[in-house]
Amino acid sequence: MIDREQVLHVARLARLELTDEEVGRISAELSDVLGHIEKIGELDLDDVPPTTHVVEVSNALRPDIVEPSLPREVALANAPAVAASGFLVPSPQADAEPS
Amino acid sequence: MSATDVTLLTAAAAVDAIERGELSAGELFEAYRAAAAGDELNAYLWVAQDAPAPVREGAPLAGVPLAVKDLFCTQGVPSQAGSRILEGYRPPYTASVVAELAAAGAPLLGKTNQDEFAMGSSNENSAFGPVLNPWDRTRVPGGSSGGSAAAVAAGSAPWALGTDTGGSIRQPAALCGIVGLKPTYGTVSRYGMIAFASSLDQAGPLTRDVTDAALLLRHMVARDERDSTSIGFPGEIALPASESLEGIRLGVPEELSDEGVGIERGILDAFNATLRLAEQLGATIETCHLPHAPHALSAYYVLAPAEASSNLARYDGVRYGARVEDGGLVGMYTRTRSEGFGREVKRRIMLGTYSLSSGYYDAYYGRAQRVRTKIADDFRAAFESFDFVVTPTSPSVAFELGAKTSDPLAMYLNDYCTVPMSLAGIPAISIPNGLSDGLPTGFQLCGPAFSENRVLEAAYALEQAIGFDELARRARA
Amino acid sequence: MTEFEPVIGLEIHVQLSTRTKMFCGCALSFGEPPNTLTCPVCLGLPGTLPRANAQAIHFGLMIGLALGSDLAPRSIFHRKNYFYPDLPKGYQISQYDEPLCRGGQLGEVRIHRVHLEEDAAKLVHAGSSGRIHGSDASVVDFNRGGTPLAEIVTEPDLRSAAQAREWLTLLRTTLRRLGVSDVNMEEGSLRCDANISIRPVGVTELGTKTELKNMNSFRFLERGINAEIARQEALLRCGGQVVQQTLHFDPQTERITSLRSKEEAHDYRYFPEPDLVPVATSEQMLEAARSAMPELPAAREERLQSLGVSAASARQLAWRTELGDYFEAALAADGAEPQPLANWICNELVARVGEDDPNASKVTPDALAKLVALVRQKAVTIGNAKLVLDRLVADGGDPAAIVEAEGLGVMAGGDDALDPIVEAALAANADAAEKIRGGNMKAIGAIIGHVMRETKGRADGAEVTRIVRQKLGL
Ligand SMILES: [Mg+2]
Ligand SMILES: [Zn+2]
Repeated sequence: MIDREQVLHVARLARLELTDEEVGRISAELSDVLGHIEKIGELDLDDVPPTTHVVEVSNALRPDIVEPSLPREVALANAPAVAASGFLVPSPQADAEPS
Repeated sequence: MSATDVTLLTAAAAVDAIERGELSAGELFEAYRAAAAGDELNAYLWVAQDAPAPVREGAPLAGVPLAVKDLFCTQGVPSQAGSRILEGYRPPYTASVVAELAAAGAPLLGKTNQDEFAMGSSNENSAFGPVLNPWDRTRVPGGSSGGSAAAVAAGSAPWALGTDTGGSIRQPAALCGIVGLKPTYGTVSRYGMIAFASSLDQAGPLTRDVTDAALLLRHMVARDERDSTSIGFPGEIALPASESLEGIRLGVPEELSDEGVGIERGILDAFNATLRLAEQLGATIETCHLPHAPHALSAYYVLAPAEASSNLARYDGVRYGARVEDGGLVGMYTRTRSEGFGREVKRRIMLGTYSLSSGYYDAYYGRAQRVRTKIADDFRAAFESFDFVVTPTSPSVAFELGAKTSDPLAMYLNDYCTVPMSLAGIPAISIPNGLSDGLPTGFQLCGPAFSENRVLEAAYALEQAIGFDELARRARA
Repeated sequence: MTEFEPVIGLEIHVQLSTRTKMFCGCALSFGEPPNTLTCPVCLGLPGTLPRANAQAIHFGLMIGLALGSDLAPRSIFHRKNYFYPDLPKGYQISQYDEPLCRGGQLGEVRIHRVHLEEDAAKLVHAGSSGRIHGSDASVVDFNRGGTPLAEIVTEPDLRSAAQAREWLTLLRTTLRRLGVSDVNMEEGSLRCDANISIRPVGVTELGTKTELKNMNSFRFLERGINAEIARQEALLRCGGQVVQQTLHFDPQTERITSLRSKEEAHDYRYFPEPDLVPVATSEQMLEAARSAMPELPAAREERLQSLGVSAASARQLAWRTELGDYFEAALAADGAEPQPLANWICNELVARVGEDDPNASKVTPDALAKLVALVRQKAVTIGNAKLVLDRLVADGGDPAAIVEAEGLGVMAGGDDALDPIVEAALAANADAAEKIRGGNMKAIGAIIGHVMRETKGRADGAEVTRIVRQKLGL
């Protein structure tokens, strides 16, 4: 129902790396769970509206008023790598180049 | 009073004792601090070192300390959601509800263990090791608020905060023999709660009795400007007093109270015994129907993982938390996440990503949202004829550690009786309901949105009739 | 040979001029030091929740009204999921299938939709000087992250790069007039992507389109689109096929490169944002947006034309808001005929102040109106009036006073001084006088030139002509 190829595709979307063993296990587990879940396919739900929020509120808008920002050292305090007052990351451009 | 004596008081009794001058808040805090520091159940991930600043004069909770599930952000204090990926993370701000409670006079005692990102029903998914059930240390405390439940049951916390997405307060409360309440979605702010599934997550109290649940909840419900989905509570949460169920109509949904759906015999016996007690208190009991309830678990295991897959995308090794370098950016992302997340979290991220991905949305996510509508409709219809719907809380008593870890589907079935209320966003409470094979069972009672006061009142009447409190106290001793 | 017709649609991202970000209270950034305008919400810290900015919704509704869109009574936000270091939550909060505004039209171009979303942070390439040895690194600055954006998507109604550029100018003026954005392409507060395809003339179905990004000025927009049209045409002419893809225009080299990376195609996994509730556009919100609406360029253009301003001048005055405002102020000061005033502003004044706002020049609208009045009253010749304008641009002042002080007043008809000068001019240009007598009025230029030189431009050309005809007995 969900094969190795699909598992690998979904893992790439989710930025997860799976070992060969994990791919096999997860495809079996997900197939199992999805088999159970697919029972909802038997229900007639054509005219039923979807629920996105159980509470019936709307707007809850914020007035456009400036609130204090964090001092930079606090913003950066938990960062694994910092440089030039910013969050340091490997360049996305390196990945984008054809390999 | 001796140190052990003071920890035997319920939170409400401790508040009274402090207000009468028979007990000092500092003495109470120290007694609990020592108990929490000496915890042998792995219920705590962090315990306060120092006494808190004295609470303000007249603060309604008088300084009775509070244990808080790890996933609530607490400024400068580790808040890791039970995950390796947030190991050592200290947020620069405090969750609204924790700040509200501290202002009301309930200072932070410690952070409690939990299933990683609240994903689990046994607390075995914590990156920091499982929590043990105080009734039997070879068994699980339930989850995901297992640390909070175990701490309250073992007497190392007077009360605790948990969160409930599909049963994560009620199920561990049942397995540990305490009270756990999931309020109406939107009554308690989610700001500062590390998200699992945003449309379902709701904070609630885990307490020794119903009165304590009411007292804690009173200071939790509030509309919070920082949470768009927060609506607050109309009026105030009252302390329950009635011992009668005169004129109350209890509906027992066939779909959630039958041996055929996998509920243990002993659990059903205890449940049915309490129904007879309820009748003696004046309630009428009838079968009711929630025709879509059997599909609740399926809908839940689409919606919750889908939201989780998105909520957990922020753990990417850039701004906080763990990071594993791998040369490039994509490599850094995948290694950070693959090594930072545990097995169950990865499983649910995969499940959620799959059901949202191109070509599958309508079949899974879209349908699950429609099932959710039907389930809410079922409850609405039931509440036209009944004041409350009642079920067993958990299909089983606390199981052995490791018994279900290799079978996700079996683990997911723990939420069978609690998930429908979560999908409908309605309040539900689990109260201790006697023992089965020497282990606690739970009785669940739910009502329409915002019926917390009536739910607490009815639960209180049942609690008095069941008389479990003494038993629980002996278990702790 | 087959003739091809380009089909172009634009996707425009406009940074809104709110005080604070889309979903948190941080102030918008104007070049502050990196990471000084962030908070737990816009850093995507665990447990934080977004709250939508009411002013951004208000601006969104104003844009919808300006474009004649249908304003949705209910709109919702979705999550657009993808990983990138400038996206702190791993998803962008954006509107998807229930946007704030749908449909509409501006000029000749139909609007598909307008929706609100949050901007990404700024990613600065740091080269290989980073901490990680031997690999390239980037640094993320979250100051810009969360800035409110309105995304305006047009229907594919444009047929050339020049038309796209002209239309975008109209859109920019409209948005500037609304006061909802700085709309500065160079500074990134107005960003435009183009969807481009070509098809043989006469064919109605659309060809395969490409998406061209990063055209960060009006000039580059036109150049980029033309380059892509040429690329597609060359491809089709030699039997190739256009591949649907995202392209990047390099303004330096004018080269177009594919942005396709080695990662998989995007699958954004949109779903309704559970942390936000729907936006229900109330009558009160609509009323607030309506009453905040200024007159828009298209309406102003029409009104100016109805005042008697020529089509070309009306467009120029309406599309450059500051010119239009200057014109209206001058018109109010003098109240005379609008067209000569418009000419003086659109031609003479613009030639002197260029792209600058004339309201900031030393020529007050009042002074210009007075100058045009002097010309109309024939108190000064057009030539000398231009000299007066030069003086006004340089030093300011009152035109009448300048005319007086510099002796630039016209030598009007009946002025005894003019007759002898004309006489002398005829004598000095006997050839020309002969030709005029023979019926060739074009030759009068030489006579007038002579008189003007002698009078330092103060003579009225019409008056000179009258005297010449009189002297020659015509
Ligand atoms: Mg966009
Ligand atoms: Zn912010």
